Amino acid sequence: MYGLINKALQAFLVENYGPALWSRVAHALGVGPEGFEAMLRYEDRLTEELIDIAARTLDKPRAALLEDVGAFLTTIEPLRRLLRFGGSDYWEFLFSLDELQGRGLMTLPDLELPELSLRSESGGRFVIEVRGPIAGWGAVMAGLLRAMADDYGALVLIEAVPPCGRLERVQVMLLEAAYASGRRFDLALPSAEAVA
Amino acid sequence: MNSSLSPCKAVLQGGLSPAALGELMPMFLWLDRHGVICAAGPTLMKILGPGPVVGTAFETHFHLRRARARRHEQDEAHPGGRKLILMLLSHPEIGLRGTAVEVGPEGAEGMLLNLTFGIHLADAVREFGLTEGDFATSDLAIELLYLREAKAAVMDELRALNGRLEEARRAAERQALTDPLTGLANRRAFDAALQKAVRAQAHGGAPFALVLVDLDHFKQVNDHMGHAAGDQVLNWASAILAQEVRRGDVVARAGGDEFVLLLRGAIDRAALQTLGRRMIARLEEPCVVDGTPCRISASIGIAFSRDYPEPEVDRMLADADAALYEAKRSGRGRCSIHAAGAVA
Repeated sequence: MYGLINKALQAFLVENYGPALWSRVAHALGVGPEGFEAMLRYEDRLTEELIDIAARTLDKPRAALLEDVGAFLTTIEPLRRLLRFGGSDYWEFLFSLDELQGRGLMTLPDLELPELSLRSESGGRFVIEVRGPIAGWGAVMAGLLRAMADDYGALVLIEAVPPCGRLERVQVMLLEAAYASGRRFDLALPSAEAVA
Repeated sequence: MNSSLSPCKAVLQGGLSPAALGELMPMFLWLDRHGVICAAGPTLMKILGPGPVVGTAFETHFHLRRARARRHEQDEAHPGGRKLILMLLSHPEIGLRGTAVEVGPEGAEGMLLNLTFGIHLADAVREFGLTEGDFATSDLAIELLYLREAKAAVMDELRALNGRLEEARRAAERQALTDPLTGLANRRAFDAALQKAVRAQAHGGAPFALVLVDLDHFKQVNDHMGHAAGDQVLNWASAILAQEVRRGDVVARAGGDEFVLLLRGAIDRAALQTLGRRMIARLEEPCVVDGTPCRISASIGIAFSRDYPEPEVDRMLADADAALYEAKRSGRGRCSIHAAGAVA
C-alpha cells in the first residue's frame, strides 16, 4: 500500500498530539521517527498496526480515532481542493463519491482507496456503503463527510453504522445543502500558487 | 439577444432555443452570414462581456488563427464542419478552438460555432472566474482541472522524495568513503583515487606520488595510555598530515596507525624528500593528551609515478611498501623514496 495513507496518519498524530507522541507510536511500530514516505509502498499490516498502536497510545476507540483522521484529511489544502472538485454543492459532492475511487485511480493507478457506493433514500437520507482494503474506512469517511459538510456550508447529520463484515455504512441526513456560506473554492488556483 | 433574430427563429422552428443550445454548449457562438454575432452561450457571454456582444462583429472579439475543413467533411455532399483555432483579442494568451458548421441551406442562416479552451483551460478559468456551472456536464473540463492539481500534488511529493533519497545516497556514499575516527578518506576511497590517478597518468595526466606513512611508537601510546588516548593521537597525526598536503591531494587512513597519501601536481624527488622530513619532524613534536606529552614518530615510504613507464597500482604499492620497510629498517623516523628501476 502507498505510504500516503500511513503518512496521513502520521501527520494527523504529529499535528494533533505533537511529535513526542508520534515518536512513541513510531518506536512501538518499529519505524524511525522520520516515519513514512507518501510515494513509497509499505506492507499493509503496517497500516493496521499503526492504527492499533495509535488508538492504544491515545486510549481512544479505533473508530473515534479514524473519524478524527477523516476530518483531519480535509485540512490538508491540496486534498480538500481535490475533494471539492467533486461538485459545486454538498449534494453534488455526495453523488461524486461513487467516483471517488476512480478519481483516485486516475491520480495514481494503483492507489487503494475504498469503493464507495451511494444510495439515496427518501427525505434527504443517504447511505454510503464503504468497502475498503482496511477495516475502518467507514469511520474515516464519516469524519471526512462531516468536515466536508462544513466546508460546503451544508447542514447534515452523519452517523457511522456499526460495520457488518467487510461492509461498512455511513448514514448521511442532508438537512440543508446551502445552510452557511462554506469555504471558498476556485476551480483554478491563482497563478502564483498554481502548478509550477 | 434582441438583434438579428432571423437565425434564432430558424432554430426555434427546429424546437431548439438559444437557451437550450446554451445549456448543451455554453460556449456556442452564432454568426449570421455577415459574421455578426446573433447569439452566444452563457459562458462565452461572460468571457466576451460585459460590453455588448450580440449585434457586434466576430472580428471585434476574435482573431482567426487557422481554419481547416475537417477531413471527413470535405465531401461536397456533406458541407460544413470546419476546425477553427481562435485567439481572444482581449486576452491574446488565451487560445480557443472549436468547430463551425453552416446553418440553413448553403449557410443562409449563418454559422454555428462550438468553442473550447483546450490546454488554456486553467488560465481561462482563473482569468474569467469560471465555475463548474460554466461548463457543460458532458465537458471534461473539471476532470482536467482535477487531474492537473492531482498531478501537481504527486509530482511535488515525488520531487521531495527524490531530494531526500539523493541526500541519503550522498550521506551513505560519504560514510562509505570516510574513516569514522579521523574523518579522513578511508582505504576504499583512496584505492579509487589511486586507480584514477594511474589511469589519468596513462593518458598523459599529471605525475603523482604514492606516500605510505606508518606511525612509530604508536603501540606504546596505546598500551600505556589506553585506546582513547591512542585515538586522540591518531586524530592529531591526521590533522598534521592533512595540513601538509595541497588541495586536491588525498590523505587517507588505511587502518590502525597507517596512512596513505596521494600527492599530485608539480613535484620532484627533492620536494618529496623535504615534505617527508617535514611531516616526520612535526609528528615527532610532543602531542599532549590529558596533560601528558606523548611522543611518536613516523616512517615514510614513497613511490613516484615518473619512475614508471606505465605505472600500475599494485606495483607502485609494493614499491612504496618496500621503501617504507627500508625506512623502518634504517632506524625509523625516516623518509625513503623507491629508487627508479629498482625491483621491490
